[in-house]
Amino acid sequence: MRRMSGRTRDPLLSALISALDAQRVQTGDGARRLYSRDASVIRGGRVGVVCFPETTEEVSACVVAALAHGRDFVARGAGTGLAGGAVPCDEPVMVVLTRMDRILEVDVSRRLAWVEPGVVNLDLSRHLSGTGLHFAPDPSSQQSCTIGGNVANNSGGPHCLLYGVTSAHVLAVEVVLPDGEVVVLGEEEGDSVGYDLRGAFVGGEGTLGIATRICVRLTEDPPDVATLLLDFMSVGAAAETVSAIIAAGMIPAALEMMDQRVVEAVEPFVNAGYPTDAAAVLIVELDGQPSGVADEIRQIKELARVHGARSVRVAAEEGERERIWKGRKSAFGAIAVIKPDYYLNDTVIPRTKLAEVVQRIYEIVEEQDLIVMNVFHAGDGNLHPLLLFDAREAGVMERVLAAGEEIVRVSVAAGGVLSGEHGIGLEKKRFMSLQFSPADLEAQQRLRSAFDPVGRANPAKVLPTGASCGHVTSLGRLPDGAWV
Amino acid sequence: MSAGDACMVAFQSDVGDSGAVCVRGGGTRWEVGGGPDGAREVSAPVGIVALDPAEMTVMVGAGTALSDLAGELVIHGLEVGMKGPSGATVGGVLMVGRSAMRRRRVGTIADVLLQADCVGADGVAFTAGGPTVKNVTGYDLCRLLVGSLGTLALVGRVILRTRPVPARSLWLVGEAEPERVLDATYRPSCVLWDGVRTSVLLEGHGEDVDETAGRLALLGLTATEPPVLPPGRGRWTGRLPSGGVLEVGSGVVHQADDGGPPTVPDGVRRLAGRMRASFDPSGRLNPGRDPYRVAA
Repeated sequence: MRRMSGRTRDPLLSALISALDAQRVQTGDGARRLYSRDASVIRGGRVGVVCFPETTEEVSACVVAALAHGRDFVARGAGTGLAGGAVPCDEPVMVVLTRMDRILEVDVSRRLAWVEPGVVNLDLSRHLSGTGLHFAPDPSSQQSCTIGGNVANNSGGPHCLLYGVTSAHVLAVEVVLPDGEVVVLGEEEGDSVGYDLRGAFVGGEGTLGIATRICVRLTEDPPDVATLLLDFMSVGAAAETVSAIIAAGMIPAALEMMDQRVVEAVEPFVNAGYPTDAAAVLIVELDGQPSGVADEIRQIKELARVHGARSVRVAAEEGERERIWKGRKSAFGAIAVIKPDYYLNDTVIPRTKLAEVVQRIYEIVEEQDLIVMNVFHAGDGNLHPLLLFDAREAGVMERVLAAGEEIVRVSVAAGGVLSGEHGIGLEKKRFMSLQFSPADLEAQQRLRSAFDPVGRANPAKVLPTGASCGHVTSLGRLPDGAWV
Repeated sequence: MSAGDACMVAFQSDVGDSGAVCVRGGGTRWEVGGGPDGAREVSAPVGIVALDPAEMTVMVGAGTALSDLAGELVIHGLEVGMKGPSGATVGGVLMVGRSAMRRRRVGTIADVLLQADCVGADGVAFTAGGPTVKNVTGYDLCRLLVGSLGTLALVGRVILRTRPVPARSLWLVGEAEPERVLDATYRPSCVLWDGVRTSVLLEGHGEDVDETAGRLALLGLTATEPPVLPPGRGRWTGRLPSGGVLEVGSGVVHQADDGGPPTVPDGVRRLAGRMRASFDPSGRLNPGRDPYRVAA
């Protein structure tokens, strides 16, 4: 009798191979290494086996096989997450969803689409070109990240200021629950029937099940768009202008701030005409119908003048508008010329506290003898301080982590929260008790337990339970096309 | 009773840790999902705790009348994306979880709730969500609470997202297909269809509203008073019942009587059952109510 190979002798592998096929179940060192990391600085454990399902039934079979053989499972999209949410811990079954990348249905009249989780965010809006509709969540990683990943992280992006983060754009979702059962949560139209389990699922970071089909809301393209560039001689003046715009009753489509170091780094690459001697610039995008947009331009020019802006430039044509945004969205390609390594944080503060907290961040970074670049979603108070350093310097890691922790503490103390769009993953779970009491965390655990009573779905993430995994031993080199 | 911390402590004490209990708000939709089976009634704190127009958020006791909150907000040019019957409370409207008719503009009711201070079935106070307008920290308990009819926790105080009140509002009506009206408008706040006539609510900058109204006049739409809708609700099934009015895109039909509750797949029911048992193992919170026994 022929001996069974090592691969097929392993009962978990046998089950997975019979559910998928041998080519789509990988255990080689290359695959296991590749799928052990995401775009974060977190290093966890190793992947047990990497699966590439192509249907809901195959995803369910992967989950059932993992469960039957006492293994955890972790879902993964493009791996662009910044909090270690898809980093494996205890040799889990890694369920990679990038082969489920079909746009299943677009219903223009009802303004919705059904997509598979592996559809790349920007590909959906490209596919919708000419329909007058688009998918509103626009994380800076949108040319790489998947909609399944957006659902898992409840992702944001610059234009979420007006349009809301991913949860506001997910109408329904087909989910493989952690016991393998398939359910559809939410409705194509209308409020949820019973509990809003769809709303509970979105942002679950892969701990509540795996999304296999997603019904997204499509947003009408605005008839008029204006992009403004405001420049200031102090970060405080820029921050006060942000508060003044919101307090005046305007909600711009986007309201972004970049400090001088970012502007200096980016301008040579994009030639957007950013003033490199400004302490801070604001990018304000207004959209809607022409009279409303024109009126808001007038109001913002006046507010900017009152708060000391040196100039307000309104992009005259589409090319200029694109260049202004290109500088913002690709800011981080330019960073490597300053330092080879980076650590990106993500907190939210009340927007009226922007000036004082950003100033405090500069002080924290100076105390630790580091460099910081600030480019962030100012309109909703979502900070993205990017700490730059050279990991070859002895002792620098400790200083980077100390600065990162202090930024989180200062944000929470200012009445803020741990994360605005990157999620908790492994990176921030140790900080959860800064924001939440034990009773708050227990309530969150109750939600999680209802979805996953046995705790096999991406465990050791989000909540600061006893299980630990993941550590920041070596912060990452800047990858190509890094983003915030 | 104001809604400060001392009142939250009193609310927690009122809820206690044993015996069937429910919160009575304005009682305007008391029978939704079934009555609470003789549970002891408590009241949630009342009053606006903090309103910061520059932050566009408001902290308010769940027992506050929605009309009182709206009256205060409008002084600052603000509103919340919630609507309820006369006398309804903030907490009651959130727990029933019906989005406002203007949801196309103001978002769904789930988008309004940023933070909720609650008392759980074990009598322990906890906070869901966070105070900022953007937040993905931990699980989204707030969305789970909206529409839960008080079966997962009892909400005492909330932080809500506010929005600027539109400069101009105008209802129009005429015999046109709703699809044609939608094609001729940009993000109207509400579109209603009674089978013959389409009503549309335009909101925004005055000149934009006038310009759109001019375009709709070509389709035969003329200015009108806000519509009075039938009192019942049902879910849109592709056919309009006699006398019914469809809220286009919302799945809701306003009709004479409430429709029957929609069919819920077994898997979803099981998950919902686990959710309720996880938060309230002894079944003491609003014991007779079932969020799945609601028409729409």
